[in-house]
Amino acid sequence: MEKAKITVKDVTKIFGKSPKHATKLLDQGKSKSEILKETGNTVGVNRASFDVYPGEIFVIMGLSGSGKSTLVRLLNRLIEPTSGQVLIDDEDIVRMKPEQLRDVRRKKLSMVFQRFALFPHKTVLENTEYGLEVQNISKEKRSGKAQESLELVGLKGYEKSYPSELSGGMQQRVGLARALANDPDVLLMDEAFSALDPLIRKDMQDELLELQESMEKTIVFITHDLDEALRIGDRIALMKDGSIVQIGTPEEIMTNPANDYVERFVEDVDLSKVLTASHVMKRAETLRADRGPRVALQLMREQKLSSLYIVDKKQKLIGVITADDAAKAIEEKKEITDILITDLPTVTPDTLLTDMFVKMASSSLPLPVIDENDKFKGIIVRGAVIGALAGNETESAKGEVS
Amino acid sequence: MQLFPKIPLADWVDSFVDMLTDNLEPVFDGITSGIDWFVEGIVSILAFPPALVLIAIFTILAWWSSRWPVAIFTLLGLLLIDNLGYWDPTIETLALVLTSVIISIILGVPLGIWASQSDRVRGIITPVLDFMQTMPAFVYLIPAILFFGIGMVPGIIASVIFAMPPTIRLTNLGIRQVPEDLIEASNAFGSTTKQKLIKVQLPLATPTIMAGINQSIMLSLSMVVIASLVGAPGLGADVYRAVTQIKVGIGFEAGLAIVILAIMLDRISQNIGKTKN
Repeated sequence: MEKAKITVKDVTKIFGKSPKHATKLLDQGKSKSEILKETGNTVGVNRASFDVYPGEIFVIMGLSGSGKSTLVRLLNRLIEPTSGQVLIDDEDIVRMKPEQLRDVRRKKLSMVFQRFALFPHKTVLENTEYGLEVQNISKEKRSGKAQESLELVGLKGYEKSYPSELSGGMQQRVGLARALANDPDVLLMDEAFSALDPLIRKDMQDELLELQESMEKTIVFITHDLDEALRIGDRIALMKDGSIVQIGTPEEIMTNPANDYVERFVEDVDLSKVLTASHVMKRAETLRADRGPRVALQLMREQKLSSLYIVDKKQKLIGVITADDAAKAIEEKKEITDILITDLPTVTPDTLLTDMFVKMASSSLPLPVIDENDKFKGIIVRGAVIGALAGNETESAKGEVS
Repeated sequence: MQLFPKIPLADWVDSFVDMLTDNLEPVFDGITSGIDWFVEGIVSILAFPPALVLIAIFTILAWWSSRWPVAIFTLLGLLLIDNLGYWDPTIETLALVLTSVIISIILGVPLGIWASQSDRVRGIITPVLDFMQTMPAFVYLIPAILFFGIGMVPGIIASVIFAMPPTIRLTNLGIRQVPEDLIEASNAFGSTTKQKLIKVQLPLATPTIMAGINQSIMLSLSMVVIASLVGAPGLGADVYRAVTQIKVGIGFEAGLAIVILAIMLDRISQNIGKTKN
């Protein structure tokens, strides 16, 4: 496996006057509420461990009070950890001297805040420059970089506005631009979109994913919204009472919840927004285009199929033929290429079920799945989609795909 | 019959003050001549232009910082003071107030900043400020005479002691009231304590600090009559004289001049604080 960008090892945060005593009780396996009762200390984060890999969006999700916002602040030491290690590029943040920590914050870690945390007395450009300004970078150089970063988030032309003149969505774009201006390796996003309207939130999620395509930052994203977590997360860590309950890809968490808590959490989720084409795809019979219609018809009869997918030598999908057309072609002495239906809607293995409904409705034939190299991977039949949405185990379908 | 003998607090204070007078005389002399020089400077600057020119300048200042009603009030008020023949004492009082306020700012803002950075410092400063504000002003006039003699300087010292606390308190408050997420943002981008203070906390605290300075101006104006007890010249001295001679009319005239000055300074300083924001 790839080398981790951030490694968090047994990080614990106890709020209160006797953290040592509370840590001991934690080691004895006492719960958060028992420790609060016994010592008056609050367990913020309980021995959290995880790795974040370069270029991934790692979502930490939990309800309010689960310790997720505390956990993200332990990563850049806005809150001092009580114990444990936070390694960024193998350097332990927790042991760093103030100057070293400042340097890491200036160059490697940026943060985006829930309530935007823009400086009201500074213009949009000055806000964006802030991370560079504290590094004493010259005025021209930093405003150039800030300008680029504002263009990236689509705020060109607003440089001289003040944050109070912008809408919430635009303010958070400034927050994002400010975090990107010093070109950090890691973005920490603390409920960055939670204060926005649902529609704007979705736009911002899309935009973040789009930006991420080209930036490939390592992103730690905090949210209490499971839909958001499933939408943008490459992997998700679920937190409860300061502990991490499960870490996995969205599909792993949905299809294989680690315990009752996770199960209850995910039971209301719209599966069509989580499951992808690869989950419900089936293997399909294919035939090369240089074979005749007789061969095709023979194959369809043997396999009891009503249609057959035609590919070239590189497994690239050319089109589909139906059994009726093949029979007619034999009578009229036509070639396969004459009866080929090439105008087919297709999806990729990563397409979410919710995004393929329209395409399925527009065609009576199964939906072909094509990967990024145009290779034909399989087909999706309606029954499998309905089965998956009903929560049926889809492992068997998955197993058939080569 | 007392259970315990009376604690000789008065004797202790006396001998402490004696000790200070004996040992720190050069220091007090230095402070006295420094402040004296400063006040004289302000008086001679303010007295240099003819009254009408100064009135015009203040009117323009009022118009620039506030709206036109304040400017009209300033113009008419100052013309009335000049007409009643209180121009010179008004300038002396203005110099006294300005000097006290400038000293209050020079000492008070840094102390307020210091208090905002540490709970321990705030814990020490707060009761001292309570003491300064509640101890009757007449009481510290006495050591002020011993240390700084008679005249403008002990009056200014007494005014500073009484007028400085709001500046300290509100500087501390203004900095502490800066929203936590802005402090976090500032820290998260790797600011030093000084950068955070200069680039984030002080600019955001400015309206509150200006409110404190405004309070200091008003409190030092309220001290002008008391300051005249130790020989500070100005409108306060006129009021004091009118009281001792039971001259109601003169007392009213001088008092009215103080009120006009107070309203003018209050409005101008308040609005400067607002326009800065």
